[in-house]
Amino acid sequence: MDFLKRFFGLESRDSAKNARERLRIVLIHDRTDISPQLLENLRAEMIGVLTKYMDIDESKIELELDRDDQAVALVANVPILRIKRGAGVLLDEGEPSSAQTSSEPGRRSHKKRR
Amino acid sequence: MGGRAIVVTSGKGGVGKTTSTANIAVALARAGKKVVAIDADIGLRNLDVVMGLENRVVYTFIDVIEENCKLNQALVRDKRVDNLFLLPAAQTRTKDAVGPEQMVALCDQLRPDFDFILLDCPAGIEGGFKNASAGADEALVVTTPEVPSVRDADRIIGMLESMGKSPIRLIINRFRANMVQDGDMLDQEDILDILSVKLIGIVPEDDSVIKSSNRGEPLTFGYNSPAAQAYSNIAARLQGQEVPLMKWDTGSSWNLLDGLRRLFRI
Repeated sequence: MDFLKRFFGLESRDSAKNARERLRIVLIHDRTDISPQLLENLRAEMIGVLTKYMDIDESKIELELDRDDQAVALVANVPILRIKRGAGVLLDEGEPSSAQTSSEPGRRSHKKRR
Repeated sequence: MGGRAIVVTSGKGGVGKTTSTANIAVALARAGKKVVAIDADIGLRNLDVVMGLENRVVYTFIDVIEENCKLNQALVRDKRVDNLFLLPAAQTRTKDAVGPEQMVALCDQLRPDFDFILLDCPAGIEGGFKNASAGADEALVVTTPEVPSVRDADRIIGMLESMGKSPIRLIINRFRANMVQDGDMLDQEDILDILSVKLIGIVPEDDSVIKSSNRGEPLTFGYNSPAAQAYSNIAARLQGQEVPLMKWDTGSSWNLLDGLRRLFRI
């Protein structure tokens, strides 16, 4: 039967697969469609957090959504003027300082606080 | 304790909002519920003709809002079944003639007297959609198994969620089981997976839908067609009944004549 279908040009072209893939990609983009207002608020709050730890050049911050076919990324380019001394103490305010040494330093940056 | 206000919406035009509203409204009324169908598509009204009530429209809901008439003067009673009413849209006005607060007030006014208030939403995501949705508690989102339609449904579902509508349920319209079987149409799992909403029914592509809108007689008045059955099932599920999805007669996906035509490209 399959042979006959193929012979008569009835073999499925499976265009539904194209539909699925195209929808997946288009919706990745649609769902990250961020309004300029939201991006502006995000920028303001990010500056607030960053300036706790470092002096930054606010006028040269680039913040944008980078879209390619497969994914969307938030790309921030923030020129640092100077790291503030004692920033590490600020980070763990109220905790005993020995707690800092117990975990790998590299891991800390992966912890996201919401 | 009042009636449930349900907006029927889609984002994209032409996917079957009005047909769905009319058929579900008729099916609910035939099941003994008291139903009002509101045409919220101001300026481009269609629900009156799909329901076959266009000659009986005197006032519109804009007249009610502007207090040119009483609410029950504007309600068009469908004489073919008990307890079914249409509240028509104004044809000569624009969507700016009404605001969300007024739609909320209108629905609240109807709630004590009806079991179901169905709102036929205009296409798009602007004012007309926001007005129609404002007064609703729940939503039915209509989509066809096509990329543009599913994409717009995704957008609309996001907006309905942020407006706090619940539940939001999906109607897949113009479904062609034979194309799905051949791998040439998105099936329900694909669509539900992409949109992550609950399904309330699948309506097959059916010529009788066009015939019924030609006549102004919604299929659920008793026509024995696959789409009529599908809409009746959706109405039953809206009332909380468990109805299994229909079994599809896919027909034969291959026949000799089609094959020969393709072979010779005629």
